[in-house]
Amino acid sequence: MSGMQKNYSAWALVRGALSGHRHWLPAWREVKPKSTYDVLIIGGGGHGLATAYYLAKNHGVRNVAVLEKGWIGGGNTGRNTTIVRSNYLYPESARLYDHSLQLYEGLSQDLNFNIMLSQRGLVLLAHSRHDLDSMARWANAMRMNGIGAELLTVNEIARLAPALDVSSDARLPVLGGFYQRRAGTARHDAVAWGYARAASALGVDIIQNCEVNEFLLESGRVAGVKSTRGTIRAERVGIAAAGHSSVLAKLAGFRLPVTSYALQAMVSEPIKPVLDTVVLSPGTGAYVSQSDKGEIVMGAMLDLFPSYAQRGSFAVKQAIIAATLELFPSFSRLQLMRQWGGIVDVVHDSSPIIGPTPVKGLYINCGWGTGGFKAIPVGGLTLAHVLATGRSHELAEPFQLERFTSGRLIDEAAASGIAH
Amino acid sequence: MMQIRCIRCGARDENEFVCGGTSHLTRPPLGASDALWGEYLYFRDNPKGIHLERWRHVHGCGLWFNLARSTVTHAILAVYPIDAAPPRMVPR
Repeated sequence: MSGMQKNYSAWALVRGALSGHRHWLPAWREVKPKSTYDVLIIGGGGHGLATAYYLAKNHGVRNVAVLEKGWIGGGNTGRNTTIVRSNYLYPESARLYDHSLQLYEGLSQDLNFNIMLSQRGLVLLAHSRHDLDSMARWANAMRMNGIGAELLTVNEIARLAPALDVSSDARLPVLGGFYQRRAGTARHDAVAWGYARAASALGVDIIQNCEVNEFLLESGRVAGVKSTRGTIRAERVGIAAAGHSSVLAKLAGFRLPVTSYALQAMVSEPIKPVLDTVVLSPGTGAYVSQSDKGEIVMGAMLDLFPSYAQRGSFAVKQAIIAATLELFPSFSRLQLMRQWGGIVDVVHDSSPIIGPTPVKGLYINCGWGTGGFKAIPVGGLTLAHVLATGRSHELAEPFQLERFTSGRLIDEAAASGIAH
Repeated sequence: MMQIRCIRCGARDENEFVCGGTSHLTRPPLGASDALWGEYLYFRDNPKGIHLERWRHVHGCGLWFNLARSTVTHAILAVYPIDAAPPRMVPR
């Protein structure tokens, strides 16, 4: 691949230092769309880029284009709180999400791109007797599924997060909790850029500013798309568009069991290191970590009304800041630096949909709701598998659209109390 | 913060209300097929644009009513009783 960086290494850095860092080349090729591909992926976020990468790497399908209406990683991939974890309850979800975490663990080497994975652990707080009981059940279920989890006492939590108010008269008393040691954070932009670069190096075309306006449907199956950059034909098309999945489904003539909501997060000004783990308080919906730059990253719960506006409401912002300050009183003088929102695709059972749609040749990866970032590697892996082979990956078999007719839901919202 | 005009109480902040999802869904007969029942329970238009939806003034008078609201701008185009048909002026 000419005009593109071949390999990153310590040696390349040293060479750059000696030559004024003028030898760096773009990470992926700038291309014009061709008229025909074997596979089109709609959505250039983490899931779409990972799908293209695994299509090329695992299945040798390289005549692939990723169509992104904005810029790479500019949607939810750039709008999350960068947390990776696999603390789910049911065996189907545990397998899926832990495979994702395992892929994250090897991703920097696999992509030759530092995704800055930091397995700093995730502490979940119990604020009531009921929380304690349900967390014991939750942690035990994780261990039964072969995923490490440790129940924590208040003293252990205080050692892991000294800034946390664990006093007995706290507004949100901490009675205990549990810990997933392998959870942590990864640099979200690097995940998008790393997959884009690696996919591009294998021959995938990454096409930005390319919005799909219409599907070409011929004798009941997909034949391509009409986009803002012209008509592009392909016999297999994958959708990885998160909160905009319903919009694309409508263009193709079907509906999804999805509602789009705004999810917001925010960061404070950067401060010195004070929190080296991720703290999640399911009871209040607050989750807090400190970025490598030093910002306190605060995530919130959904604005619980349908929305395609990429912003969060003031009501939820206020609630999440109030909860964070009850947990960490010393953060009260920090200034808020940035706040943002993304549109997430929430499904009734808070589990994803990865597989065929009612239109032949058209496949979808959606329904990750508030937890799409952690699932990027496995979402891409399983969508690539079904696009390449026409059969569901075994990890994705329980997560088909058909479950909303059969009633075989995988209700992680009710089960694990995840922050949906 | 959205201001929502409760039919009984007038304009109040959005955090006095809860959204109850899409309005005007018709429950299929009890003998409906699994496909039809699944459609009714789970599948939604989820429009990017005007959405007809139920809201309840839960921290106020408790009344259920309907809104026609843009999911893009959050602008409220109409407020109408829970048992009324959507107003004609609302583009679908």
